[in-house]
Amino acid sequence: MPERVLRFSPAERAVHRATGLLFLVCLLTAVALYVAPVAQLVGRRLLVETVHEWSGLLLPVPALLGLWSGPFRADLRRLDHFAEHDRRWLASLRSSDAHRGRLAGKFNAGQKVWASWLAGAVLVMLGTGLLLWFRFALDVVPRAGVVLVHDVVAYALVVVVAGHILKAIADPEARRGMRTGAVRRSWAAREHALWLGQSSSPSALQASQAADDAA
Amino acid sequence: MIDKGLPGDAVGPGRPVGRRIVLAMLGLGAAGVAVGPAVRDGVRQALSRVAPAAVPDDRGFRYFSVVGSVPRQDATSYRLTVGGLVDRPATYTLDQLAALPQHTVVHDAVCTDGWQVDDVPFTGVLLRDLLDAARVRDEGAAVRFTCFDGAYSESLTLEQARRADVLVALRMFDEPVPHDSGGPVRLFVAPMYFYKSAKWLSGIEVTSQVQQGYWEDYGYPVDGWLPGEEPVGA
Repeated sequence: MPERVLRFSPAERAVHRATGLLFLVCLLTAVALYVAPVAQLVGRRLLVETVHEWSGLLLPVPALLGLWSGPFRADLRRLDHFAEHDRRWLASLRSSDAHRGRLAGKFNAGQKVWASWLAGAVLVMLGTGLLLWFRFALDVVPRAGVVLVHDVVAYALVVVVAGHILKAIADPEARRGMRTGAVRRSWAAREHALWLGQSSSPSALQASQAADDAA
Repeated sequence: MIDKGLPGDAVGPGRPVGRRIVLAMLGLGAAGVAVGPAVRDGVRQALSRVAPAAVPDDRGFRYFSVVGSVPRQDATSYRLTVGGLVDRPATYTLDQLAALPQHTVVHDAVCTDGWQVDDVPFTGVLLRDLLDAARVRDEGAAVRFTCFDGAYSESLTLEQARRADVLVALRMFDEPVPHDSGGPVRLFVAPMYFYKSAKWLSGIEVTSQVQQGYWEDYGYPVDGWLPGEEPVGA
């Protein structure tokens, strides 16, 4: 049996699952509200609108609850911090020899940019969504601008999240990491060379110790 | 373990770039709210000069319905009833409505959700002509509208209903009002938000006071004047 290392704690996987589910509900109700052929099929505006508003409001809640979890906070810090190898990783996107010198910690620079953009986009959707929700209480709000930003960022989110899903489809081991919490050490060494080498994360340490003991 | 700030990753603490990306998104969002519509209109105008075919011709309407499916009505099945506090209640077919004097009102259709379609020409019968034909009794003070979708309703005061820019519309953009836009007959209350312009109109009832419409039960204003269109003194 190949040696495995812990990548995502149960709390992180729960946050991921709940966020994904809420995003799906947001997306499906958005389609039913604004894509004309689907809207004509579904109708029921009050119900769909209510579900959309509440699933949107709840979208950041799993991540906020995740702040109670140490591993989740540690990963947020990793995603926030860009080191020299991340700069090189991004620079290598322009190079013809794409994989040369692409070194990554637990998250590569692309994942860091993706996660940060997503967090910002969700906050923009939350802000513009709340302005649309309470538009009658706040009639100074320029609704045309608000609805335009909500629309444009929604389309961008669909593209960006589709990219996330396609990347996951392309890498079964990455998927296994999010499903079971653990990945092969060989995969981690290949994709995230700087992660385990000098790891001091308690969970990864335990896992590698457990693996060493087993060996 | 020295670097408490960054457990796990091998190379240095690095710089906090992620949070800057988050803040940049928030800034972009705010800028988009402020100048987005102007930029979009500019781009659209420039595009229509350079490559007219690339500009979408959907006219910007979005389909809203409060029920699952709306039955279709045509010239043979459609009826509009006028009743309530009137001396001469009446029922009109589509042909009978089309035979009455027709008026055209051109006005922006503005949704409370933020989208709008500029300068939409609606043609039909003035609501006040139908009310005059029905002879509103003295105790009549408001008008309630019902719709053949089975759920939607709206209302106006009698004074609002008698305005010259309130139509029982049969045509839009000089074509019969399509089903999805509330056809064959819809209300067009030009100076108010578009939710006041009930689609699939089937009943006009004079009442002694304003009865809240469908969305107004969920917090929408009863007097849905567009900004700047409130009559002086209202």
